[in-house]
Amino acid sequence: MRIVTVCGMGFGTSLMLLMDVQAIAKKHGYEVDGEAVDLGSAKGKACDFMVASSEIASELSDESVEVVSINNLLDKEEIEQKVMPVIEKIAKGVK
Amino acid sequence: MLTINKNLIQLDVEAETAEEAIRAAGALLAAENKVEDRYIDAMVKGFEDVGPYIVLSPSIAIPHARPEHGVLEQGFSLIRLKNPVVFGHPTNDPVQLVCAICGTDSTSHIGMLQSIAAVLGDKTKLEIILNSDSEEEILSILN
Repeated sequence: MRIVTVCGMGFGTSLMLLMDVQAIAKKHGYEVDGEAVDLGSAKGKACDFMVASSEIASELSDESVEVVSINNLLDKEEIEQKVMPVIEKIAKGVK
Repeated sequence: MLTINKNLIQLDVEAETAEEAIRAAGALLAAENKVEDRYIDAMVKGFEDVGPYIVLSPSIAIPHARPEHGVLEQGFSLIRLKNPVVFGHPTNDPVQLVCAICGTDSTSHIGMLQSIAAVLGDKTKLEIILNSDSEEEILSILN
């Protein structure tokens, strides 16, 4: 599956998120492709779901895919708790 | 692996606003020839344009701009504010640590970001960085 992580510049927090999500997915046995992008490039980008900090996620409410919103980007537990249900849902083919 | 020297850390910095705090962290990068002065303006503009999402965790902000905004060498600086400053983030305000980041391209700083996240995401290490009076102690945690 493919994810897009989003931040203001596609350079800082989105990269951190991408690394974390890929590591968490791998731990649970899933391979996740991904790309870290800035907010402008994110809109309409093809992917299974998006992950962004809560501030940025609120700007992505028009997207057709689910947008996972993270408050504390250093809290791997929060990321895992929010991202894994989405990964498992998509892996089962339920949209 | 992080490489940071004493000149890139400053404790008990006085700042009234988010912009002052970002500029103070950026000034350390510029003084060590990691960035041109215009990078500092770009960080402030980034904060003004896309907002307080750079407050990635309670009390921690990581201002940055893009490589083309005047990065000379990958690096980061860390300042601890004397008094916490409100950046306007709904859940992670106020900010006490400002970690300005600069990278030379879109991917080579990933390792640095992960190392910073590993240190600041470690509650014991973060506690020391927030409270220690010793720059040496903080440096030893970061390096």
